[in-house]
Amino acid sequence: MDVKDKVVEIIAEQAVLEKSDVSMDNTLEDLGIDSLGLVESIFAIEEAFDISIPFNANEPTESDFDISSVGSIVAGIKKLIAEQKG
Amino acid sequence: MKRVVITGAGTVNALGQNVPDTMAAMREGRCGIGTLDIADLDRLAIKIGGQVRDFDPEAWFNRQQLSLYDRFTQFTLVAGREAMAQSGLEFTDELAARAGVILGNSGGGMNTLDENYRSVYEDGKNRVHPFVVPKLMNNAAASHVSMEFNLKGPSFTVSTACASSNHAMSLAFQMVQGGMTPAMVTGGSEAMLCFGGVKAWEGLRVMSKDGCRPFSANRNGMVQGEGAAVFVFEELEHARKRGADILAEVVGFAMSSDASDIVMPSKSGAARAIRGALVDARVDATEVGYINAHGTGTAANDKTESAAVADVFGAHADKLMISSTKSMHGHLIGGTGAVELLACIMAVRDGVIAPTIGYEEPDPECALDVVPNEAREADVDVALSNAFAFGGLNAVLALRRF
Repeated sequence: MDVKDKVVEIIAEQAVLEKSDVSMDNTLEDLGIDSLGLVESIFAIEEAFDISIPFNANEPTESDFDISSVGSIVAGIKKLIAEQKG
Repeated sequence: MKRVVITGAGTVNALGQNVPDTMAAMREGRCGIGTLDIADLDRLAIKIGGQVRDFDPEAWFNRQQLSLYDRFTQFTLVAGREAMAQSGLEFTDELAARAGVILGNSGGGMNTLDENYRSVYEDGKNRVHPFVVPKLMNNAAASHVSMEFNLKGPSFTVSTACASSNHAMSLAFQMVQGGMTPAMVTGGSEAMLCFGGVKAWEGLRVMSKDGCRPFSANRNGMVQGEGAAVFVFEELEHARKRGADILAEVVGFAMSSDASDIVMPSKSGAARAIRGALVDARVDATEVGYINAHGTGTAANDKTESAAVADVFGAHADKLMISSTKSMHGHLIGGTGAVELLACIMAVRDGVIAPTIGYEEPDPECALDVVPNEAREADVDVALSNAFAFGGLNAVLALRRF
């Protein structure tokens, strides 16, 4: 399974949606994921890819990890995998 | 209704191992937060905390006691001894039968848990010390205080996360005020600066890696602390008759529940607790000169708390001072309200307002006088101490200058 599919699966599960309901330009708010849901999703992604995501709930927009849309999250994870596993 | 005064105070925390040292540090705006000295620090992303340094348990307790006292109990007993010595009260006969101890605590014996989990899971041992349970139970501190000082009345531990101590002290106040007992020992403690205790908080992604900067626009989370504070709450006439030194009067409290979210704070829940404390204390909002804020240094708490204060106090919100001493001693979780009550005592008794240190950039969403970086002298008649816990459980206490 590629990175995008796995992230979509995690986010869909968190949002209690079908994978087909999650598109790359959705924001997490669009999908009904709140701050706790976001922290849980990040944990699930870290576990799935065995990476560490620099995310602090107090400054969600300040870290390098862009959570503004599903697409940006996928891009950020690919970058982290390359950095941390490459 | 009886009037209730504080006749003894004691503490151990990152700023000092007694009340005078702690208050001196608060006046100087000293920071007790630094790199943690705990096992497996290299496996933690969060490496700082308000740790109690150079605490020597063997100077306070014998070997047999140490086998029964987790670190949170040790802190509590040391603080309790200081409070009892200051009050000069001796619990004997009728007084002993009526007086008890109510303490706040959240995690119980976290160091005991951590050490013993390591032993059975990591080291694969199949045997643990027989006193694991009596050490880790989170009423252990209250029980040992009751034994050491002969308190035979209502005694228990209150656990409401970050509001534990304020809930505990509110109940003790209510018992003395209602005439149930002439005196109560109260306060709270916490000792969760161990690998498991910090790792659990790290998971929530609300901790700062570099410092606690409450109300500052560049704040980025909370920093844990550890320690205890213990007080003697006494009925005024009882204290007067024996010529006790009175530190401050406790005039009211209120509790509320947000009933909304397990971690996100609520402005209305906080405001109801603050307003309720004013009503209970029969205090006009304009009499409040100082608020010791919950002020955790998280994005969410500080703006919500500022909004709640603005809501309750209206125009007076711009005249009162509000500071978060967590910037200095860290967040003691279940013990935090107790240590923070010391800042309120210092405000009403000594006219010294402890600062919010680490304050670097104004935040328009926290536009109050947060006493940035330097302590201030001011005459304060009434001080409030806020505590708003995870789980949406709030408790606010009101002190008046005596």
